[in-house]
Amino acid sequence: MRGIKRMLAVAGKEVRQLARDRLTGGMVVGIPLIMILLFGYAINMDVRHLRLGIADQADTQRSRMLVADIQATQIVDAITMARDGAELEELLRRGDIVVGLLLPADFERRLTDPTRNAGQLMIDGADPIVQGVAQALANMPFAARPPQPAAASLLAVRTFYNPEGRSAVQVVPGLIGLILSFTMVLFTAVAIVRERERGNLEMLITTPIRTIELMAGKVMPYILIGLLQVTLILVVGIWLFDVPLVGSILDLYIAASAFIAATLSIGLLISTFAQTQFQAMQMTFFVIMPSILLSGFVFPFDGMPVAAQIAAQILPLTHFLLLVRGIVLKGAELGELLAPMRNLGIMFAIAMTISILRFRKRLD
Amino acid sequence: MTESTPAGPAIVAEHLTRRFGQVTAVANVNLQIPTAQIYGFLGPNGSGKSTTIRMLCGLLKPSDGRVHVLGHEVPRDAEALRMHIGYMSQQFSLYKDLSVAENLEFMAKIQGLDRRARRTRIDECLTRYDLGRLLTQRAGSLSGGERQRLALACAILHRPALLLLDEPTSAVDPQTRRDFWESLFELIDQGTTILVSTHYMDEAERCHRLCILDHGRVVGEGEPQQLIDDIDAHVVEISNGDLRRVRRALEGSAGVRSIAQLGSRLHVLMDHRTTDPVASAREALGGEHEHVAINVVRAGLEDVFVAATGAATEAAD
Ligand SMILES: Nc1ncnc2c1ncn2[C@@H]1O[C@H](COP(=O)(O)OP(=O)(O)OP(=O)(O)O)[C@@H](O)[C@H]1O
Ligand SMILES: [Mg+2]
Repeated sequence: MRGIKRMLAVAGKEVRQLARDRLTGGMVVGIPLIMILLFGYAINMDVRHLRLGIADQADTQRSRMLVADIQATQIVDAITMARDGAELEELLRRGDIVVGLLLPADFERRLTDPTRNAGQLMIDGADPIVQGVAQALANMPFAARPPQPAAASLLAVRTFYNPEGRSAVQVVPGLIGLILSFTMVLFTAVAIVRERERGNLEMLITTPIRTIELMAGKVMPYILIGLLQVTLILVVGIWLFDVPLVGSILDLYIAASAFIAATLSIGLLISTFAQTQFQAMQMTFFVIMPSILLSGFVFPFDGMPVAAQIAAQILPLTHFLLLVRGIVLKGAELGELLAPMRNLGIMFAIAMTISILRFRKRLD
Repeated sequence: MTESTPAGPAIVAEHLTRRFGQVTAVANVNLQIPTAQIYGFLGPNGSGKSTTIRMLCGLLKPSDGRVHVLGHEVPRDAEALRMHIGYMSQQFSLYKDLSVAENLEFMAKIQGLDRRARRTRIDECLTRYDLGRLLTQRAGSLSGGERQRLALACAILHRPALLLLDEPTSAVDPQTRRDFWESLFELIDQGTTILVSTHYMDEAERCHRLCILDHGRVVGEGEPQQLIDDIDAHVVEISNGDLRRVRRALEGSAGVRSIAQLGSRLHVLMDHRTTDPVASAREALGGEHEHVAINVVRAGLEDVFVAATGAATEAAD
C-alpha cells in the first residue's frame, strides 16, 4: 500500500515536471507530427512526368487510344517503345524508365472480358511514390470499358523490387512503431539519468523507496504519453492520408501498450548503464538505428540476409510491425497475432528484470 | 523515536576504507559517534568527508571495514536503516523545477507519511524554517539560504533518528549559518544524532565532537576544546616591523611549522618540541628584527586544523 503510494508520488511528480519541461513536452507532440507529415507527404507527393516505356503488342485502335489516355494524365511521359515485357523489364532494371505499360496481343479480347485485366503496368516498386501512381493509373476510367462493379481493374500492376508494395497507407502504421520506439526509449532513459545527473537520485536512494516503485512510477506517465502519440499518429494518418483502420481499434491499443511496455523497459535498461543524459541519447540511437534498418520498416524483411533476420528478432519494432500492419491494414485480430504479442511480453520481462537487478540503491 | 539504546553510540565504524581504483579516499577510519550530539567532520577538499558519509548511509560500499549505524550493519541492512536517517547531500538534490510545497509534499509521500502526518509535519516545517511565504516558488530560484532550509526540512520530515549533513552551509552567509546551527541544536534536544561535515572553523567549534580528516585518514578526534588544549604546537604572534621581511626570515627556519598573516600580525605555528617558542622565534629572525613584538597566544581550532592536516608547507607559501 505504501509502495503504491510512493509509486504514485513518483508518477505525479514526473507528470508535473513533464508539464513544465517545454522541450520534452514539445517532443511528445512534435516528433510524431513532424515525422508523420514528412513521411506522409514525401510519399503522397503529386507526381508528374514519370518516364514511361510502352510495349503495345496489340497495336489496335483501342490500344493506341489507351496509350493516348494515359499520356493525357500527364503523370507519365512515353519516352520509349519496346517490343515485349522482357524488354520493358530490362529498361526498368537499368532505370531508363520507371513505369512500363504492356498491352498484350490479345488486348481486344481482354478488354471485353470484365474478369481480366486488359494490360499490365510494370513498376519499380523500390520507389513508394511510383507505387501510389501506378494504383491510380490501373484504375483509371477507359471509355472502351465501361466501369462495372466487381470487375478486374483495367490494368494489372506488377511490382518489381518491392513485393510488399508499401505506400503512404502502409508506411503510416509502421511509423507508429518507429516513433514510439524512438520517443519511449529516449524519454525513459533520459528521465532516470537526468535524476542521476542532477543529484536527485543520491537523495532518493537514501529514502525507503524501493527500486521497483521508483522505476514503475517513473515510466507510468510515459505509457500514457505513448498511447497519446498513437492516437495522434492515427488521427493524422486517417485524416490526412486516408489510412484505413481495417482492424479493431481496441486490438491496436492493446498491441501498442505491449510495444510501449517493451520499449520503456529498454529505456530503463539504458538508464542503468548511462551516467549522463548525453550517453543515454547515444545509446538510444544505438538501439534505434538497427530498429529502423532491420525491423522491416525500411527494407522488406524477407529480402534481408538470414543473419539480419535473426538479429531483427531481438528488436521490439520487428514484432510490433507485424502487429500494427496486421491490425491496421489487414484487419487481423489479436488472436491471430499471439506470437508477436508473446515476444513483446518476453522482451518486457527480460529487460525489466535486468534493469531492476542492475539498478542498485547505491552510487557505486 | 531513537531505536538504538541511548547509551550506545549511534555510529560505530571500524577500519573503514574506500578505494576508487588507485586512489584511497578513506583509509582505515575508526569512529564512535555518540547519540544525540553533533559530530563534525572537518577536513580540506578531497579529504574523504563525503565518501565517509556516503558509506555511513549505505550509498557507497566500503572496500574494507565494518559499519554499524543505529544498530544496523551497513551496507547489508541499509534498507532497514533508511527509515531512520535523513541525508542532505553536498549538492542540492531536490527538484529545482518543483515548488517548495511540491518538494515537501513529494518527500513526505516518499517517506511514507500518511495524509494527516503529512499536513502537520509540512506545516511545522514551513513555520520552523520560515518557508511559508515561498510555498509556490520553484526550488531552483531560491536563494542559497532558502534552499538549504528547504533541504533540511525535507530531510527531517520523517523525524529521523540520525541526520547526515554533507557541507550543508557551503553557500550560506554567516547569519544564516548561525540560524541553521540553532535549528540543529533544537533537533539535538529532540534526541536526533547529527553528523555534519564542514570546512568552517566556527562551525567545527560548535560541534560536540570533531573528527579531523586529511587524505582519508583521521588526524585528530575529540571535543573541540580538548583538541585545542592538546595541540602539539606553540602559537606565537609577531607584530611591529616589516612583516614581509620577517616572514621571509622565518620561512624554512627550524621549528617553524606555518605562518599566516592576519592583518598587521603574523600568526606562527612553532614546533611543540621547542621549549621557549618566543626565544626560538627571535633566534630564527637573527639580529635584524629586534624591535618586533613576539607574544605567545592561545591556539584556536584553526591552528589545530593546520597542525593536524600538515598544511604547514602550503601555508608557508
Ligand atoms: N566516485 C569517485 N570516483 C573516483 N574518485 C572519487 C570518487 N569520489 C571521490 N573520489 C576521490 O576521493 C577523494 C575524497 O573525496 P571526497 O568527495 O570524499 O572528499 P571531500 O572531503 O568530501 O571533499 P570536499 O570538501 O571537496 O567535498 C578525492 O580525492 C576524490 O577525488
Ligand atoms: Mg564533499
